[in-house]
Amino acid sequence: MTVLVFVEANDELSLQAVTLARSLGGELHGISVGAVDAPVDVLHVAQIEGSYAPGAWAAAITQLIDRLAPAAVVAPGSDRGNEVLAHVAARLDLPMAANVTDVRGDELTRQRWGGSLFEEARIESGLKLLSAAPFAFAPSDNVVETKVETFVPDLAPADTVVRVVDVVSTSTGGVSLADAKVVVSGGRGVGSSEGFAILEELAALLGGAVGCSRVVTSAGWRPHADQVGQTGTKVSPDLYIACGISGATQHIAGCKGAKALLAINDDPEATIFAHADYAVIGDLHEIVPAITAELRKVRGT
Amino acid sequence: MRILCCVKRVPITGGKMVLTEDEQALQTRHLGFTISPHEECGVEEAVRIVEAGGGEVVVLALGPAEAAEQLRECMALGADRAIHLESEEEWDAQATAGAIVEAIRAEAAPFDLIVFGNESADTGNYQVGIRVAYALSLPVVTGLKGLTLAEGRARCEQEVANGRDIYDVPLPAVVTVKEGLNLPRYPSVPAKLRANRKPVDLKPVVPPAARLQKLRLVVPEGQGKQAEVLGSGPEAAPEVIRVLQKLGVA
Ligand SMILES: Cc1cc2nc3c(=O)[nH]c(=O)nc-3n(C[C@H](O)[C@H](O)[C@H](O)COP(=O)(O)OP(=O)(O)OC[C@H]3O[C@@H](n4cnc5c(N)ncnc54)[C@H](O)[C@@H]3O)c2cc1C
Ligand SMILES: Nc1ncnc2c1ncn2[C@@H]1O[C@H](COP(=O)(O)O)[C@@H](O)[C@H]1O
Repeated sequence: MTVLVFVEANDELSLQAVTLARSLGGELHGISVGAVDAPVDVLHVAQIEGSYAPGAWAAAITQLIDRLAPAAVVAPGSDRGNEVLAHVAARLDLPMAANVTDVRGDELTRQRWGGSLFEEARIESGLKLLSAAPFAFAPSDNVVETKVETFVPDLAPADTVVRVVDVVSTSTGGVSLADAKVVVSGGRGVGSSEGFAILEELAALLGGAVGCSRVVTSAGWRPHADQVGQTGTKVSPDLYIACGISGATQHIAGCKGAKALLAINDDPEATIFAHADYAVIGDLHEIVPAITAELRKVRGT
Repeated sequence: MRILCCVKRVPITGGKMVLTEDEQALQTRHLGFTISPHEECGVEEAVRIVEAGGGEVVVLALGPAEAAEQLRECMALGADRAIHLESEEEWDAQATAGAIVEAIRAEAAPFDLIVFGNESADTGNYQVGIRVAYALSLPVVTGLKGLTLAEGRARCEQEVANGRDIYDVPLPAVVTVKEGLNLPRYPSVPAKLRANRKPVDLKPVVPPAARLQKLRLVVPEGQGKQAEVLGSGPEAAPEVIRVLQKLGVA
């Protein structure tokens, strides 16, 4: 048996996909566009000119599928991993299971609702197309001797109609929400756009970033770039401070990767406390400035 | 410009996922319903394009009879008419794409732009839009956070780490969009009333055998931690600082 894994880049999600692919057994082949390091038995490096073009990458994978007849193709659970795999699924008219957490023969477990619910499913296909749910697998740290082969896929004009033609940098230089060690996040309880000043002050003091719930972005109090959750950014800080956030599953889907969660809420029954490691009950408008003042005091600033 | 937007009715689950006894669905008796925020931005974008340059926005939902509510809400946002593919069953992504393709082919005229959410809110398959694009031999760009149409082409912006990737594709095209593309309007009362009079084309449909077949749903563990209460009100601040120090973030 042969399994093929799509190694998107030298990154964590690709190595997680390698772990899932390896667990399926058999000889593990990898495919990448350009050179990567990945612990696979054979790495097929597709040579494709120019910038990212999902159709071209999918064409390369389908051509390799023809040659290797693998039992499964595994992709990382990244935007491009899911995109390229869906192109392959459409080309071959085969079912595809996204965000898989476990495979048992023809049965598998996958995430729904951004990871707030699991689905056990049967996939009816000789060739299984699976993407690995992010952070459901440890990155592969296998050390294997990899045989590297390069190949040039046959591309049709239609394969490159959709391609990156330009890259615009939007980095603001500040701490990005996705990478912040501390996220101070506010929900409806903050009450207004101005209300976020006290959260910004605390976040700045902690070298962190400000996040928010969807109620806040829908109200126009903060830009969507600050939204944490299923349809916002997924964060994994050392500490997530949720202020005036009720704890809807779609919000939790974005912050459950935090190492610790401190919830500040004036409703002792709020769902957020069922996801929290630490709780402070009361009005965030009093508590957040008190934390900031106390922090300044102990730092002597 | 003729634009189709595909939307899916899903429950607003709130704080906790509760399953039906047979573990086949969420217990929704006390829940409201909506569409994915991604799809809502898709509808808003389509309406803005047509408001600016003329044309028609059609919304399509494959779902139960009650999905008519979501179609009405989309028409209150400004869509002109709706196609309701009615089925009580849950369809897998491959079958969903097939039904949508058939509905598009049954239209009198083709669409210039077909808009999907990047992923559906509940099943999150990340594929229906791409499958529809292939079936219709159209280009497809995913995960848009920006869209500009000019001279028969679509300039598409996709968010990546530290920036945006830009694509430029000819119309007709398929796009899948993410929340943040725009800030959808709140429908006015007159807009809601107008929506009630807009036409809905209702077609019953029957699913083929699922090739990704749901067996059962499982609620993940870990809902129901016992939080350590650090205190009430501002007096809790010194305790909070001790925790920050313990976590090494103070
Ligand atoms: C498909 C889908 C996707 C979604 N995606 C996201 C997403 O990505 N991110 C997201 O956040 N949401 C998302 N949502 C919305 C989500 O379901 C909730 O509606 C939202 O998270 C609630 O935001 P909130 O907690 O700020 O507001 P609420 O639920 O209204 O909670 C406000 C909380 O503040 C507390 N409070 C009020 N005043 C104070 C005060 N003075 N001091 C302290 N506490 C106070 C209240 O007790 C309450 O617990 C999504 C929904 C759907 C259906
Ligand atoms: N039942 C449905 N009715 C209408 N559109 C749908 C349906 N299911 C999926 N879609 C569309 O396809 C997108 C992607 O869905 P998915 O591939 O399931 O993640 C959704 O955001 C919708 O735009």
